[in-house]
Amino acid sequence: MGKKDRLSGNEAIAYAMKQINPDVMGAFPITPSTEIPQYFASYVANGEVDTEFVAVESEHSAMSTCYAAQAAGGRAVTATSSAGMALMWEMLYVTASARLPVTMALVNRALTGPININNDHSDSMGARDSGWIQIYSETNQEAYDNYIQAMPIGENKEVRLPVMVCQDGFITSHAVENIELIDDEDVKSFVGEYNPENYLLKKENTLAVGPYDISNYYMEHKKQQAEAMKNAKSVILSTAKKFEELTGRKYALFEEYEMEDAEAALVIIGSSAGTAREAARRLRQEGKKVGLIKIRVFRPFPMHELAAAMSGVKAVAVMDKAESFSACGGPLFAEVRSALYDLKNKPHVINYVYGLGGRDICVEHFEMIYGQLFEIAETGNPGEVYRHIGQREQEGGK
Amino acid sequence: MAYSLKQQLEKPERFAGGHRLCAGCGAAITVRGVLRALKPEDKAVITNATGCLEVSSFLYPYTAWEDSYIHSAFENAGATAGGVEAAYRVLKRKGKIDETFKFIAFGGDGGTYDIGLQSLSGAMERGHDMVYVCYDNEAYMNTGIQRSSSTPKFADATTSPAGSVIQGKTQNKKDLTAIMAAHGISYVAQTTFLGNFKDFHEKAEKAIYTEGPAFLNVMSPCPRGWRYETEDIAEICRLAVESRVWPLFEVKDGVWKLNYEPKKWTPVEDYMKKQGRFKHLFKKDNEWMIEEAQKYVDEKWEALLAKCK
Repeated sequence: MGKKDRLSGNEAIAYAMKQINPDVMGAFPITPSTEIPQYFASYVANGEVDTEFVAVESEHSAMSTCYAAQAAGGRAVTATSSAGMALMWEMLYVTASARLPVTMALVNRALTGPININNDHSDSMGARDSGWIQIYSETNQEAYDNYIQAMPIGENKEVRLPVMVCQDGFITSHAVENIELIDDEDVKSFVGEYNPENYLLKKENTLAVGPYDISNYYMEHKKQQAEAMKNAKSVILSTAKKFEELTGRKYALFEEYEMEDAEAALVIIGSSAGTAREAARRLRQEGKKVGLIKIRVFRPFPMHELAAAMSGVKAVAVMDKAESFSACGGPLFAEVRSALYDLKNKPHVINYVYGLGGRDICVEHFEMIYGQLFEIAETGNPGEVYRHIGQREQEGGK
Repeated sequence: MAYSLKQQLEKPERFAGGHRLCAGCGAAITVRGVLRALKPEDKAVITNATGCLEVSSFLYPYTAWEDSYIHSAFENAGATAGGVEAAYRVLKRKGKIDETFKFIAFGGDGGTYDIGLQSLSGAMERGHDMVYVCYDNEAYMNTGIQRSSSTPKFADATTSPAGSVIQGKTQNKKDLTAIMAAHGISYVAQTTFLGNFKDFHEKAEKAIYTEGPAFLNVMSPCPRGWRYETEDIAEICRLAVESRVWPLFEVKDGVWKLNYEPKKWTPVEDYMKKQGRFKHLFKKDNEWMIEEAQKYVDEKWEALLAKCK
């Protein structure tokens, strides 16, 4: 029943891929996800998997390979980061619209300009409207566990959508942590065989994929895609339940920490949740009613569930590890704030953009933000809601 | 068995009528010609780059393709065909498939010479067992006759118009067939629609049934873009070959072979005269353009002969 090990986030993903033994991997190296295809190529070279490893000449071709292999009837995987995913952009939409459940291990890195290899969420946040399910991980263990759950979610007949499993570049991808691995046989039976109803190589009847879809039909197809994303929510939860039965590890759409009676709450994604949780823990020791919500699933967005979880909160700070240049806040802020709109007693909501291009954020930063939230709750005046923290010229200015 | 077009035409059609391509479209002739070279018992998966052929043959909910077919985008027919072929290899190895499938990709010169060149080069270098067929009509016809790197020098295209100062395209046509031959792949050939299609058919057959990656470049004239009378397509192709504008050759395992040498060369002028896209070359004071075009054809021919010796 499971085995304890020490692995980096990239190793953990590659190991999960090995256990799943997918049919085709199409991948192109980019920091910090490069190690994933590297580890995997050695599994192929040593005959430990049956996979066709297609070492393509670009990420666009990586996603084209995966799209085509999945349409052909195989299970296809890739790994990438930042500009690599940006080069796949067009194919992200094509893959989602063809309802092909390709799985991507995304190691989040700042989307270039100027070039930067460190972590933020600008790559996946930019792809939030591409039709992919997005699951984020705080730790190596979560990256591994989320990856094992990705295919049962994406391949579910009510869903049939591609899934990206995200983890923070370098922070978890390269840091070695304790991890509990699931036995190979358990992974295989949990993930199961990929048995699509229709595929290009099916002997009985032919299939045509990727039509020119005129306005008489396009909207129906987009509506079906939207419905599939709605269906994904319950499938994510039922898959998490089965996963818990197998491993004892519990997953949901988001994780709540000390939210029962919280008056000030943070909403955050990814590895920085660990830092924020420590701040919340310290403040709780001082008797302050603080809580934390860590988003695991950003697509589909858990709108009603988030509203319910924050119905009793007085002030919320939404933490965005991505700029969207809207001039009024980051992407997570826009959606969380929208989620809270229907509450009878709406909390005040502010936004902090943090951690861009690998900029550090510390426990003290989060303590300060909690302090600001109590001040806002007391005065009723949120001030400027669109804020940045950790940059040189201004420490979380109001 | 000796080649017979009549017998070939008795095979079941794999590209059904009713598609939306223009009357006399070279792309459709290329597709039908290539698919005729498949053994009727073999299955195929067709990949198609975005372009005239794709938008005219697979409009939801109709398809003209009897075989399985996949389109993804403009610049990636190579990688897409490679992805299907990779899945085929592993599924066959796992015993999930037992039939023989062949993999054929079609792209125009836009999707092949230009935006899809990287993807094509990658797929060929990786050695996928597939054929990439370029239906070369020498411009981006789907978006309205814009110049491509395959458009010949001086041709009038909508982004290289024959103006009063600049008269048509100022660069020569890219020699893609030679670039593909330089990949050192199993089979590369250049052909077009000629006589009873013997040259075309034999090359398509070799391309499909030679193991490993193969590339077929088919001059596939476009009556709208080249501005000739639709019924003259065979004559246009004949003149392209007789003038040596489009020589017939093949490269198998690195050995270059000229498949046809005209006894008496037709001047390139005769080929150009038939096409509206070269109309401005026949204006007064533009004789130098025809001379230069002829000189270029002569030089390319000599270079080809040297490779084929």
